Amino acid sequence: MHDEDKKKDIDELSGIETTGHEWDGLKELNNPLPRWWVWVFLVTCLWSFWYFIVYPAWPVPGGATKGTSGYTQFKELAESQQEIIARQQAYLEKFEAADFDEILNDPALYSFATAGGAAAFKDNCATCHGSGAEGSKGYPNLNDDDWLWGGRVEDIYTTIQHGIRVHNDFDTHMSQMPAFGKEGLLKADDINAVVDYVVGLRDGKASEDMAGHTIFAQNCASCHGTDAKGLREFGAPNLTDAIWLYGSKRADIYHSVFYARAGMMPAWKNRLDENTIRQLAIYVHQLGGGEE
Amino acid sequence: MSTETPEGDIQLFQKQERIYPKRVAGVYRNLKWLAMIICLAIYYFVPFLRWDRGPSAPDQAVLIDLERGRAYWFWIEIWPQEVYILTGILILAAIALFFVTSLFGRVWCGYLCFQTVWTDLFIWVERIVQGDRNKRKKLREGPWTKEKFTKLAITHAIWLVIAWCTAGSFVLYFNDAPTLVRSFFNFDVSPVVLGFVCSLTFMTYLMAGFAREQVCTYMCPYARFQSAMFDQDTLIIGYDEKRGEPRGKHKKGADWTGLGDCIDCTACVQVCPMGIDIREGLQMECIACGLCIDACDDVMDKVGLPRGLIRYDTERRLEEKNHDLPISKYRLLRPRSFYYMAIIAIVGGIMLYSLLNRSELEMNILHDRNPLFVRLSNGDIRNGYDLKILNKTHNDHIYALQVKGLDGAIIEMVGAGDLDEMVLGVGADSVGQFKIFVHAPVEPQKPIPIEFVLQETQTGVSDRYESMFISERPH
Repeated sequence: MHDEDKKKDIDELSGIETTGHEWDGLKELNNPLPRWWVWVFLVTCLWSFWYFIVYPAWPVPGGATKGTSGYTQFKELAESQQEIIARQQAYLEKFEAADFDEILNDPALYSFATAGGAAAFKDNCATCHGSGAEGSKGYPNLNDDDWLWGGRVEDIYTTIQHGIRVHNDFDTHMSQMPAFGKEGLLKADDINAVVDYVVGLRDGKASEDMAGHTIFAQNCASCHGTDAKGLREFGAPNLTDAIWLYGSKRADIYHSVFYARAGMMPAWKNRLDENTIRQLAIYVHQLGGGEE
Repeated sequence: MSTETPEGDIQLFQKQERIYPKRVAGVYRNLKWLAMIICLAIYYFVPFLRWDRGPSAPDQAVLIDLERGRAYWFWIEIWPQEVYILTGILILAAIALFFVTSLFGRVWCGYLCFQTVWTDLFIWVERIVQGDRNKRKKLREGPWTKEKFTKLAITHAIWLVIAWCTAGSFVLYFNDAPTLVRSFFNFDVSPVVLGFVCSLTFMTYLMAGFAREQVCTYMCPYARFQSAMFDQDTLIIGYDEKRGEPRGKHKKGADWTGLGDCIDCTACVQVCPMGIDIREGLQMECIACGLCIDACDDVMDKVGLPRGLIRYDTERRLEEKNHDLPISKYRLLRPRSFYYMAIIAIVGGIMLYSLLNRSELEMNILHDRNPLFVRLSNGDIRNGYDLKILNKTHNDHIYALQVKGLDGAIIEMVGAGDLDEMVLGVGADSVGQFKIFVHAPVEPQKPIPIEFVLQETQTGVSDRYESMFISERPH
């Protein structure tokens, strides 16, 4: 540095030393920092030293300094989760001890079950059944009052546990509608006739005079019932109501008769714990179609 | 603000001059004492007032129950939905402040503001322990002696006790007062309460002990915008220049020729808690407390001149006197007085109306979003709703729900146990939540407007809520 630079540059107007920085003739005054600011700064410095010691702060090979408190966000998360689990435990014990009937009549247990069931439903069931359990073509709407395999809490519980058409589950709901067209069980004319009859059932216009009536009685009634109102033992749907899992158009019905339908649902017995399945059963039951 | 010191340096910040207000006696000082006693009494004792509301609600007359979301003020009870009443109170308070300021100047600042009241209280403590103005000044500016240390320690200790009581009283408005006081003595208060008390104690100590007039001059926004409420007819503290000038020392018995009535004793400056000289005219620091009037009147009595050299007067009248014009009368009723009164009347009227017509029953209905509707096996359409019933009374009630505007509609309930939409029980002072389904034989069509009607089965008190019945996907 030259001697010239070392000389203090005093601003004429204010008599205050400048920093020597100049922009187009404008000079920066070297005013001292406000004292309160300096104090705050010093306190924060002290605080940061304390922080370096107490908390994990410095990256070192293989991780970071641990800090004397041993704090990590993972630990904090685990602790809060533990806290939640502990809070749930009180309910969970009562929930485990109670049967469905008790739970359905106890407001506290009931809301515990539906809250847990709602969360589990979003995680596990919503993929197929939709977040509002509304379903879609091929995936049943769980809000309505039409049940293929029964709508009591116990029925729903069994369905969730063992699923539908699960190969390796002995207790699963198993049935298979024959593919009447594809497997050549019925001639084309007969298929058309029986589809017309089912369309008639749909519209409430079916009569015994229809050609399809006899074919229905011979081929379909064993599962769907002579009145076509379905049989739950076989998961056979009611063909006289307003709910059509695979569509209510003539073409949909034709497709169902020709190729058959066989939806699948996984068994959740080994994937979810008993309490979650019970909560799910209660949640689905209260969506609106639950049977007594 | 930059000021130039006698040496010619520019100072970017004004240095705080410590103010040692001198003791004074007189009409306005007495008014101030009275205002202080009333304000402090209200503040410290109101939390202990009881008001019987039955077993379902607390019996504290004034209470803000944050945990349960209720505010109680004697016979008035506010739920979170009615927070607009709080807004109304704030509007009323603001307009009332404007109104009073336009008529009488900053009397709020001078007599009633908590900054003024607590500063006054702290100065009083300071004087009791350390003596009056000169003694305090000497003590403070003198060397650190045992006496100085003791006196300052006692002062600060008393300040802290007052600050602690102030903070403690504040939290009493948010908790059951006797219980909380008891738990304070048992050292058994929650960290939240303790945190509030400690920080408020510190703030009171800081604001009333140290910041004092700095708060009014630099921090307070009301002080600034009150100036906008002033006009020529607003009462201000005025120094009668015509009568006072030329000021000068006057020996007893000497001739007054060539001298004004002001004897330049600076009594008015010594008593001023803001540290200003009122003889320089109206200043933004002036809080219109009138202590300089008391001080000057006292001196005028002593020198045998009429009182009122410094007095509450209007700018217009002071100007007229200065210019030897005929002095007009004080005008209390001016257009702006009427504007403010009209606003106060309107806002007050609206609030009074809403309080008198406050419903004790409220129903809220929320239509399910997912699914919007459900087709049932018999072809009916079903819609789901969340129902909330707000029972604001202090008794349990049973309500009956009906739906109107939908042919063949049937209400169903979902929930624990047997529920009946005609027998919906809601406990005193609480919210009942229910899940309901409505189904009806409806062909898919545009949303049908429907109305839910809720009626108390004994008293017949009812509420309505308009909603929709949806039967097809929105296009």
